[in-house]
Amino acid sequence: MAANNDDVKLIGAWPSPYVMRPRIALNLKSVEYEFLQEQFGSKSELLLKSNPVHKKIPVLLHNGKPICESSIIVEYIDEVWSSGPSILPADAHDRALARFWAAYLDEKWFPNVRAAPRAATEEAKSAAVSQLKEGLALLEGAYGEISRGKDFFGGERIGFLDIAFGSMLGWLRAVQVMLGGVKLLDEEKTPGLVKWADKFSADPAVKDVLPETEKLLEFAKILMAKAKPAAS
Amino acid sequence: MADQGEVKLLKTWSSLFGLRVVWALKLKGIPYESVDEDLTNKSDLLLQYNPVHTKVPVLIHNGKPICESLVILEYIDETWSQNPPSLLPQDPIQRASARFWAKFMDEKALPSMWQAFTKKGREQEEGLASIAEKLKLLEAELEGKKFFGGEEIGIPDFALGWLVNLVPVFEEILGLKIVDEERHPSLSEWSRRISDIRVIEESWPPRDKLVTKWAAIRDHFLATARASSG
Repeated sequence: MAANNDDVKLIGAWPSPYVMRPRIALNLKSVEYEFLQEQFGSKSELLLKSNPVHKKIPVLLHNGKPICESSIIVEYIDEVWSSGPSILPADAHDRALARFWAAYLDEKWFPNVRAAPRAATEEAKSAAVSQLKEGLALLEGAYGEISRGKDFFGGERIGFLDIAFGSMLGWLRAVQVMLGGVKLLDEEKTPGLVKWADKFSADPAVKDVLPETEKLLEFAKILMAKAKPAAS
Repeated sequence: MADQGEVKLLKTWSSLFGLRVVWALKLKGIPYESVDEDLTNKSDLLLQYNPVHTKVPVLIHNGKPICESLVILEYIDETWSQNPPSLLPQDPIQRASARFWAKFMDEKALPSMWQAFTKKGREQEEGLASIAEKLKLLEAELEGKKFFGGEEIGIPDFALGWLVNLVPVFEEILGLKIVDEERHPSLSEWSRRISDIRVIEESWPPRDKLVTKWAAIRDHFLATARASSG
């Protein structure tokens, strides 16, 4: 379905975990692509034209055709570049589990990661941290169940759920610092995930794409500074 | 996949998310056992099979649970791929588009409708403006097509199914028109097409029961809002 001279572009930005997902997927499939980075604070004509409904990154442009929404893009990449290693699991129930947990991460867990450092009171911060830890306990259980003793949720190689969750590791580490060194991933409580996180981060398809914690912390400062005038 | 195994569906009598799964199972001719939950008194089965959310629907296939309605729909499509209709198009670009719109229904359209229905005053006006905007986008997307996925009914159509049977209930309770022939000719035509599908039409909970249920829900939310505003 996909040919070597296909035109592949990705509209995105380096700090976004959602943008990381298709980048990892394209790397896994050894697909060359042009990374079109949006300027922080403004949206390009191309982005507005390619994703008129949400005006959000990432957007994959495959031979000029746009595909939007990070998980949908990853599934598309898996279907189109079918000769490369599989990203979604082979078994239908395993696929359902991967999609279930990816939805949980996006809808329930990651919003708390972003909200925690911005919590107005110590109490609110504490509550946010508790929620994050509860979520990680669930994910530790899921990891044990799904990995079946292998390194990744996807088994021997990283797969859909590894990508969905792993793309959040950069911000998770940054938020731990922002919260004063709180340990969310914890060798005692979430030993499986701690090992998984290291292996994931070191994977060749991931390591150049996952931003360093320091760079994200700098970026977070810029974000918070920009947000201040709006809060009254 | 020759032996389709044991299929059980946990839902409620009125859950719009559960209905989607009913339609998929019925259209594909998959026999299943239906269990209606009382969410004020959740069964052990539900707590065991959906410990993370304790929500319906849950599909249990040969003892293994699948949760989240859109995830269930994809599972059904993949597992019973030899039973027509296909719930997603074959072409990857069209599949991505179908998934995109299904997500839009749940993440944008439904919350807008919820706000319009459970609030009053300015918040309600904002909700109504929001759902009007979402319907405009959906109307434009649907134009010239029989269903959101193209020629055949599929996952995005199921995801918007509440527009057909629930929105008239909301309109009656609110005394407002949300979907109309003039602004939404394609959606209105699509609604008629959906209603013509026998297994879908037969599955709708009784309208009077829905009116009672949803009127009570609106009252509850308005009362809670009053209480919290002092």
